[in-house]
Amino acid sequence: MLLVGAGGLVAYLTVLPLVFLLYGSFFTPSVGERSGVFTLQNYVHAYTDRSTIPLLGNSILFASGTTVVAFLVGTGLAWITERTNTPLRGVFFAVSLIPLAIPGILFTLSWIFLLSPRIGLINVWLARLLGLSGPIFDVYSMGGMIWVEGLHWSPIVYLMMAAAFRSMDPALEEAALMSGSSLARTFYRITLRLNLPTVLSVFLLMFLRGLETFEVPTIIGLPAGIRVFTSQIYLAVKSYPSDFGLAGAYSTVLLLLTLAGVYAYARVTRESWRFATVTGKGFRPRVIDLGPWRYAALVLMAAYLVVMVALPVFVLIWNSVLPFYMPPSLKALSEVTLKNYAFVLRLPKTARAVTNSIALSISSATIIVLLTSVIAWITVRTRLPGRWVLDQLASLPLIFPGVVMGVALIWVYLTLPIPIYGTVWILLVAYVTRYLPYGMRASSAALLQIHRELEEAAETSGASWWRTFTAILLPLLRPALLAGWLYVVIVSIRELSSSIFLWGPGSEVLSIYIFDLWNTGHAQELCALGVMLVSGLCVLAAASRRLSRWQGMQEG
Amino acid sequence: MKTFRTGRGSLLACDRVSFEVPEGRFFTLLGPSGCGKTTTLRCIAGLERSDEGDIDLGGAVLSSSRRGVFVPPNQRDIGMVFQSYAIWPHMTVYENVAFPLRAARARPPESDVRRRVVQALATVRLEGLEQRPATNLSGGQQQRLALARALVREPKLLLLDEPLSNLDAKLREHMRLELRTLQRELRLTTVYVTHDQVEALAMSNIVAVMHEGQIRQIGSPREIYERPASRFVADFIGSTNLLPGRVTADAGEVRRVQTANGPVTCVVPDDAPEGSEVVVSIRPEDVTVAFGKGDDGWDATVTQVVFLGECVDCRLAVGDVELRARIHPSVRVRRGDQVRVSFRSDRCVAVRLEASGGTL
Repeated sequence: MLLVGAGGLVAYLTVLPLVFLLYGSFFTPSVGERSGVFTLQNYVHAYTDRSTIPLLGNSILFASGTTVVAFLVGTGLAWITERTNTPLRGVFFAVSLIPLAIPGILFTLSWIFLLSPRIGLINVWLARLLGLSGPIFDVYSMGGMIWVEGLHWSPIVYLMMAAAFRSMDPALEEAALMSGSSLARTFYRITLRLNLPTVLSVFLLMFLRGLETFEVPTIIGLPAGIRVFTSQIYLAVKSYPSDFGLAGAYSTVLLLLTLAGVYAYARVTRESWRFATVTGKGFRPRVIDLGPWRYAALVLMAAYLVVMVALPVFVLIWNSVLPFYMPPSLKALSEVTLKNYAFVLRLPKTARAVTNSIALSISSATIIVLLTSVIAWITVRTRLPGRWVLDQLASLPLIFPGVVMGVALIWVYLTLPIPIYGTVWILLVAYVTRYLPYGMRASSAALLQIHRELEEAAETSGASWWRTFTAILLPLLRPALLAGWLYVVIVSIRELSSSIFLWGPGSEVLSIYIFDLWNTGHAQELCALGVMLVSGLCVLAAASRRLSRWQGMQEG
Repeated sequence: MKTFRTGRGSLLACDRVSFEVPEGRFFTLLGPSGCGKTTTLRCIAGLERSDEGDIDLGGAVLSSSRRGVFVPPNQRDIGMVFQSYAIWPHMTVYENVAFPLRAARARPPESDVRRRVVQALATVRLEGLEQRPATNLSGGQQQRLALARALVREPKLLLLDEPLSNLDAKLREHMRLELRTLQRELRLTTVYVTHDQVEALAMSNIVAVMHEGQIRQIGSPREIYERPASRFVADFIGSTNLLPGRVTADAGEVRRVQTANGPVTCVVPDDAPEGSEVVVSIRPEDVTVAFGKGDDGWDATVTQVVFLGECVDCRLAVGDVELRARIHPSVRVRRGDQVRVSFRSDRCVAVRLEASGGTL
């Protein structure tokens, strides 16, 4: 019963969009009484178009560039903080999580404020400093897109690589050094090679993110005339009249690409046990002495924080307190005002967006946590036939880029007689579906930590299944579930790429609202809103971190 | 309890395991790891379903494949102590013990719960620790807490799954006695699972030795030790010398068996006729070592002497065969001594070879 209920709900959430997406890309839209007819026209149109080859090329170039930038930056930093004696590296680890609280859209916009050829702060400063007349950098280029996107994902690479480095026995590196290998050679031949599974999975993950990302391709890429799949899909839907079939055809191909990536990722992470050198055996965390170079490493760390946190946050705050755009100067300082904050806060739309965002993120997180803890229980604890199907279904949304999910859900709810398109409900469906895999991972990992006998003891004590679940299991899972809940809240608030296709008047959320303010030229007001949003997310991220540390202490 | 078995895929975890536990007795399932004893216990608890066979408790059917009856674990009147204790870490000592009462469908009033929890905690001598977080207890205390939780409902049957295996040696010995005393005082029907033969012999009224999913012998500890029914049982319980041979004379219970080193007079089971292949089991403490020449016994050379304080553990070479003897420390033997060994015939047992008697 439980299996059927949970399975049905998960299948509804995950399989239906896929089916409708494929259906939609092969049929003409049904108008009124006339139902759709089978056609290959969408695919023909999408792939005989002369712009398709550059589209594919751009997508892959952008994703690869992003991967390389994020990997180099993140891995370098991870090596510095985990493997060397650079001063203050402990502080860095704590600070490195702050960028995660800055939503992609705000990060992208702040880099436009920094690197735009006309108003970019860095361009203005450098021009003044070097006495040049023209700008040095142009964010509206493939290079600019890769830079912004790569930087944005570097904290994730950093966290993954730092964890891998930390669990590696330093004696393996020392053995190489004692054999006469140089530091660089040791890093390349030993450290990286031993962590090959992690390296591969990081590469694939970043590549997937680069394919799926929405903010940079639309906000920077479209004005620059550089189109990738996600922005092309957006254009197809936003054109008048909307061409959902074309969007579906593009989506299907993007889906195939991400499917290949997810498959490869699963293969790589599954076979990681082969590299048994990275054991849980206790060893002393010894580090490499960089000598005087450790101050160079310190400068690198500081520079990273400036680029990742200080500059973007500064430019947001700076713009938010000025009546109109001005480069920093004494004269500009005299114009400082809080008018933008007052203006934004007074708009009725703001209150609605904040309410919608909070309500949506809290309800999607709650639904996901409850649903996945039941599903995880079924897949981890029971021997019901077909439970693996449930596990696979709950992971299915991983292959959906947000944009594709948006397009697919449009199809589902324009076809089915469930009138939620354009309301907050469709956004709720989208968020729950998209973040189901994250909740699933958190819940099943937490459940695996709990000894089965704790439940069996309750059963033999005469407790019913429901009572065992609520009185024993949920309280034991609570810290882990709460951390997972907070994570889903944070990512739901930041969500833009699905919402942009699904919202309607009255169901604006914060990310949509910011996107809208940017497109209507309210840069100053947008920055004021952004500063408030980042502050709020910082508090949430700190709470989630505190919580997971508290949980770690409980276990230890 | 009746015959039942459970299959997982093609592998049978337990096969035709059949036994009965009289009321108020301490019954032990003994066997090496993977022999199916825990699976048997979990079937009784209802945590696993047997594919075939019946399980009854006090006249009521708990599970019967023929009649399609299966009482879920939470409706069986059974208390269980798990190997890991399974103390709920998010509850206090009091809440842990109170849980089985509060979870009952007919929930007793809180004053009743209080009285019974206090009583259960007093039984296991944990009084005064009620408000402690359960994780703040030592290993021995957690074990007693788990016991209190299993006892608080006053179940008809108590199941213990290797409850002492996580304790250190000294504490284990202490808890062994305590557990047995408690069981006797409460007259609790108990099924105990262990791989430790000393535990099994020390605590039980009845021991069932299991091997490869089957029960090889059921009997009192003394029967199991002194009259092993198979080579496996003789070898698994305690240490023993095993001498292969053939039954020669057929005269009553005590008969002769011809071994490679000569004839041995011993107890031979009725189902081993003259001429059949057997193994003679001789416990080291039943080997007598004497100096000088004599008529009875075999000539032997002492090859190793280990002084253990309470006894001396000797290895003796009789031809190509090595024998183990445990002798009184007053007998002074040295390595290289030429001695004569003899055996008490009423304590030597011939068991049939596994090949014929294996699937007992």
